[in-house]
Amino acid sequence: MLRLIARRLLVSAVLVLLVSLLTFLLQAAAPGDTARTILGDHYSPEAHRLLAHRLHLDEPVLVQYAHWLGQALRGDLGSSPISGLDVGAEIAGRLPVTLSLIVCTTTVTAVLGVALGVLSAVRGGRIGRAVDLVSLIGYALPGFWLALVLVALLAVAVPVFPATGYVAFADAPAGWARSLVLPVATLALPGIAVFAKQTRDAMLEALSRDFVTTLRANGASRASVVLRHALRNAAIPVVTLVGLTSVGLLSGTVFVEAVFAMPGLGGLAAQATTQHDIPVIQGVVVVFTLVVVAVNLAVDLAYARLNPKVRVP
Amino acid sequence: MTELPSAVRRHRPAPMVRTVLRRPAALVCLAYLALLVLASLAAPWLAPHGPTATDLDHVLTGPGAAHPLGTDNLGRDVLSRLMYGGRPSLIDAAVAASTVLVVGAGCGVTAGFLGGWFDRVFSWAVDVMLAIPVLVTLLVVLAVVGDHQVLAMAVLGVLVSPGVARVVRGATLAVRQELYVAAARVSGLGRRHILVRHVLPRVAGPVVVQVSLFAGGALMIDAGLSYLGFGADPPTPTWGNMIADAAAVTDRQPWLLAPPGVVLGLAILACGVLGDAVRDAGAGRSTTATPPAPRSRPSRSRASRPRKGTSHPPVPASRTDSSPALLSIHDATVALPGPHGMTTVVEGVDLDIGPGETVGLVGESGCGKSVTGRAILGLLPGRGEITEGSIVFDGTELVGADPRTVRALRGRRIALVSQTPLTSLDPVIPVGGQIAELVRRHHGGTRRAARARAVELLRAVRVAEPEHVATCHVHELSGGMAQRAAIALALAGEPDLLIADEPTTALDAGVRAEVLDLLRQVQRERGLAVLLISHDWKVISRMCRRTYVMYAGQVVESGPTADLLAHPRHPYTAGLLASAPGRAAPREPLRAIPGTVPAPHEWPPGCHFAARCALATPACAAAAVPLLEPAPDRGTRCLRHTELGKGDDRDRATAVRS
Repeated sequence: MLRLIARRLLVSAVLVLLVSLLTFLLQAAAPGDTARTILGDHYSPEAHRLLAHRLHLDEPVLVQYAHWLGQALRGDLGSSPISGLDVGAEIAGRLPVTLSLIVCTTTVTAVLGVALGVLSAVRGGRIGRAVDLVSLIGYALPGFWLALVLVALLAVAVPVFPATGYVAFADAPAGWARSLVLPVATLALPGIAVFAKQTRDAMLEALSRDFVTTLRANGASRASVVLRHALRNAAIPVVTLVGLTSVGLLSGTVFVEAVFAMPGLGGLAAQATTQHDIPVIQGVVVVFTLVVVAVNLAVDLAYARLNPKVRVP
Repeated sequence: MTELPSAVRRHRPAPMVRTVLRRPAALVCLAYLALLVLASLAAPWLAPHGPTATDLDHVLTGPGAAHPLGTDNLGRDVLSRLMYGGRPSLIDAAVAASTVLVVGAGCGVTAGFLGGWFDRVFSWAVDVMLAIPVLVTLLVVLAVVGDHQVLAMAVLGVLVSPGVARVVRGATLAVRQELYVAAARVSGLGRRHILVRHVLPRVAGPVVVQVSLFAGGALMIDAGLSYLGFGADPPTPTWGNMIADAAAVTDRQPWLLAPPGVVLGLAILACGVLGDAVRDAGAGRSTTATPPAPRSRPSRSRASRPRKGTSHPPVPASRTDSSPALLSIHDATVALPGPHGMTTVVEGVDLDIGPGETVGLVGESGCGKSVTGRAILGLLPGRGEITEGSIVFDGTELVGADPRTVRALRGRRIALVSQTPLTSLDPVIPVGGQIAELVRRHHGGTRRAARARAVELLRAVRVAEPEHVATCHVHELSGGMAQRAAIALALAGEPDLLIADEPTTALDAGVRAEVLDLLRQVQRERGLAVLLISHDWKVISRMCRRTYVMYAGQVVESGPTADLLAHPRHPYTAGLLASAPGRAAPREPLRAIPGTVPAPHEWPPGCHFAARCALATPACAAAAVPLLEPAPDRGTRCLRHTELGKGDDRDRATAVRS
């Protein structure tokens, strides 16, 4: 178990290094001149030289990277040449929005998806076909388009939910929940169907195993066989899906935050891309990668918790 | 080497394309995608208006004669813009898909085919790369290179390649390990030849599936990026920026969201369905080695079959004592759903078990022993059902009874121990927890009391260190230990009848004897009746006072075990005994009996054994043979049982006695 975590952490460290290095190299290879961007149209060569020196732009790329890495390890992700704001502070301020989206969506997806999957495994028939249909629709509908349609229906035509914006939980919990309904619904729809399908397959497999017959033959209740025994066995592959889904959501937030004008990291990434604001986008990439790492670690731990064969005393 | 023909057959240049094209859904999808490509290529000639021609007198008109799909906020024709806008979207998706094809599928095939260090490095790199957040990394590229969407889509292809490569590698590995490739290598063909002629054709299916599924995703991401403003600059139309334009006027003309969204959604759907169709076609090809089952049910309808001859009144094999039976099965017939429709798998079984009695049910695998056991518990697989007869347990009729009645008996009155102990216990819950659950279910009480009782039960089945074993998961136990735990589980409800379905078959010889001793001890101590299902005469003769012999769904002979061993009254029993001095291993042809057991849908109308029987006469095949009573307490389904008693059986009788 400890070895598993150690291995995972090692891979994660390599991953973060690799991603940040790649973005750094890309930036170095890019046309354009950060110092010139900052200075604007009118500047003296001397000012340009001084600024370039201050930003380490006159040194080899790998040295620049080492500088960036050293600062990043101390929590300093630099500042935006466009807005002049501190990247770390900017990201910290926006992280709660994106995390709210991801955590709520993952919860909604997993709970509804697993419930539907169990139902369609036990009852089959109509529910099973409905799950198939929803999964096709969920696969085919572009998220940002679905979001716009939801806004047109439930925010413009029938104003039930706010069309845009985000309310911090600390300010007004009810407003926070209301502001999340449409974005979370948009993000959750494709995932619910994926969960339902996977759960159904895993449940059907678990329910066909010998131990289910033995338990039923010896008097275990139907509810216990389904919910305690089969579901716990089926949860093992489903937990892996939680990890994949929440990683996939990071991409989804970029579009959904743009549609709903939510001040989150996805929106920040899109905005920074438009403005060629490299330090900001680089910071977002690193934070997203860290989120992926954290999620994968959590999934590994949950996996080991559920699957006694992985657990080593 | 027996696998060679099937492997070779599967390799024959597969009519995959034809299989796919035979599916209507796949055809519709292909037609739709072809239509999109044509419409976007021919847009300059076919489109009714220019893509950027504005008409400020007719803005936001909605669908109409002049503009079939309406106009946008600048009065531009939506249909024309859709046609022109298809080109960049489709080109981008094609770029991304080709990248995946080259990088992802290429690396996957190489890693799977070469193996070795390349494969190890590859697998490790895939592990790392799978955790890269794709879209944000893509944004970094866009931030650096500017609005260069074709390049961005190529990068997208690279970023998605690890996932695709992993699947393709798996497929390649599977092909490589197959017999014919090994054979091809032995016969000295070059690697390149093997790759091109043998591996690539077989891997093509999974590759097409992956690339097709990804193409849908690429269309979606491309439109999304375009929506965010990273695509072609306005006024040049793309599906994505059309959606963005529509979003700006949602309050005035919500219709505008529909055309680009639906066209795009259907394109993504078409890619997905096409991928699924290819996958299904691949799966279909490899599994339909045998011709598909005919639709019509072979008529094994019981009405057409004179099962009970009027000249031979059926006589059930009765138990010697006159006390009422604990379990009495009479003329039970069971049908299960199978490839040939509902098929009768157990036919007219009569069986009695007295309180505290151990009764054997013997026969080769597939003869209906286990199904009979499951039928008693009301746990037939699928939509299986008891179509005829009766099962009376302790005065209660179970056939056709309220499911609750049968459920109430399970565990509390009738319990089950099954063949493979390691799979008959829940792998994720400690064995003590499973036993305690059933203890509480049957007797109530606190969790703590149930746990204590579970440990007690484990001690009763002679488990060493029961406190420790109660906390173990089944994979931490040996087979014998797990079977003891399974017996403890069955005893949790203090049942009156234990159905032991091949309880020792999966165990080593030494452990087998211990478990049998344990079963006998438990049976004596608790006055338990046991139905012991086995194919092993040694086990049967050691444990059972009376025995029923099953063949092809019927009880063909019954009687006291010693008597039956000494004087078999059915040629099948005689053959079974002759061929298996110790045991008859499952699925092994019997030495003394030619031929094999007929499958349930092939049962003849007469004696089921006639085709393999040396004594068979035309009368045997003419009509169903009822259960006859050749002697008190004996039953046989053989018309010629009197002749069987005269021959070599006297020798056997002396042999057994000596």
